[in-house]
Amino acid sequence: MLKNLCQKMFGRSLWVYHANSGGCNGCDIEVLNVLTPYYDVERFGIKLVGSPRHADVMLCQGPALRATARALRAAYDAMPAPKLVFAIGGCACGGGIWHDTYAVLGPVEKVIPVNFYIPGCPPRPEAIIYGVAVAVGLVDKKVAPVEFKELEMPIPRYHPSDLRGKDEMVVYEKMEKI
Amino acid sequence: MSMTSKLKEAMVGLKAGCVTLDYPARPRPVAENFRGRPIFDASKCIGCAGCANNCPAREILVFDVCQEVRVLKYLGRRCTYCGRCADVCPEKAITMSHEYETATGNIGDLQQRLDLFMSTCQRCGRCFKDTSPLEQLKLKGYRFDDLSNERWIFRSRAYLESEPLVDDIKIELD
Repeated sequence: MLKNLCQKMFGRSLWVYHANSGGCNGCDIEVLNVLTPYYDVERFGIKLVGSPRHADVMLCQGPALRATARALRAAYDAMPAPKLVFAIGGCACGGGIWHDTYAVLGPVEKVIPVNFYIPGCPPRPEAIIYGVAVAVGLVDKKVAPVEFKELEMPIPRYHPSDLRGKDEMVVYEKMEKI
Repeated sequence: MSMTSKLKEAMVGLKAGCVTLDYPARPRPVAENFRGRPIFDASKCIGCAGCANNCPAREILVFDVCQEVRVLKYLGRRCTYCGRCADVCPEKAITMSHEYETATGNIGDLQQRLDLFMSTCQRCGRCFKDTSPLEQLKLKGYRFDDLSNERWIFRSRAYLESEPLVDDIKIELD
C-alpha cells in the first residue's frame, strides 16, 4: 500500500495551470497560498506553470462568463491529452451568487468538463489541498448526499366510517397513519 | 566572507525550523466561529422556507410535492457559507458546521434533501409559523416547479386582484 502511495505521490507530478475566467480574485489568493512554503503543495509534485500547453491540471476559478468562455475553452483545448480540471470555489462549481445575471453563463462545466469540485467561497487552502489529495488518491472524499424522508407521517388520519359505536363508547378501529 | 554569510543563513534556517503543515496526514482544526457547510436537521425543520427566501446564492430550493409533503433541497454548489439561513431559521434547524473538506468528484454529493410533512390547515391549506424579521426584508423568494430540471419560477407574494391594476401587456420585461 505504501508503495502504491509513493508511486502515486512521486510517479506523477501534476503541473497546474491557473485559469481565472472572471472570478473575484479570492480563490486565486487561496491557490497562491497553497503554493507557499506554509502549505507546501510541492510535496506532492505540484508545480505552477504559465502555459496550458505544459499543464496536466487546470485550476478554474470564477464562473464562465460570456466574455471569457471562449478563451477558457481554447485554454482547455491547448492542454495535452490526459488532463484534469479542478473547479475551485463556488463560482466555478455552481456559477456563484450572480449565476443568473446576463454576463454569467454559469459554472465552468458548461464550457469544459470538470473532474473535481472544491466548493467554498473561497475554499480554505486546506480544502484545496484536500481536493488535490482526493484527486491524487491520498485520502477519500468525505461528503455524501444526505436524504431525509419521513416514511411515517406523524398525524393519524381519521375516517369517520371507521368510528363504531359500542355501548356508549366510540371505538376507533383502524388507526391509519397518513 | 561568503562562507560566513552562508553559515549565518544556515543558522537562521535552523532556528526557524520547519513551518510546513503536514496537512492531509494530520487534521487541521479550524477556529471556533468558523462557518463551514450548513447541516440541515430534518427533525427540527418546520418547512417555513425562510432559508430559501434569504439565501443570497439561491441554493436552497423548496418544492411542494403534494399538499402534505414539502421537499427542501440544499444543493451546496455555490454556497458561500454566509450563514444567513442559519440566522433566519426560527427553529435553529440549520447549523453551520466546521466541515470544510468538501472536495468531491461528483457535485451531487454536496446536496441535502429533506422531505417534510406539512400539516394542512382547513382554511388556507398551509400554515406557517412567524418567521424572523430578516424574512420581512422583501427578498425575492424562489421556488422551483420541477425537481428533475431544477427550473426556477418566481414566487409572487401579491394577491391576485379581480381586476388588474395595470395593464399586463404594457409592462416591459427586461
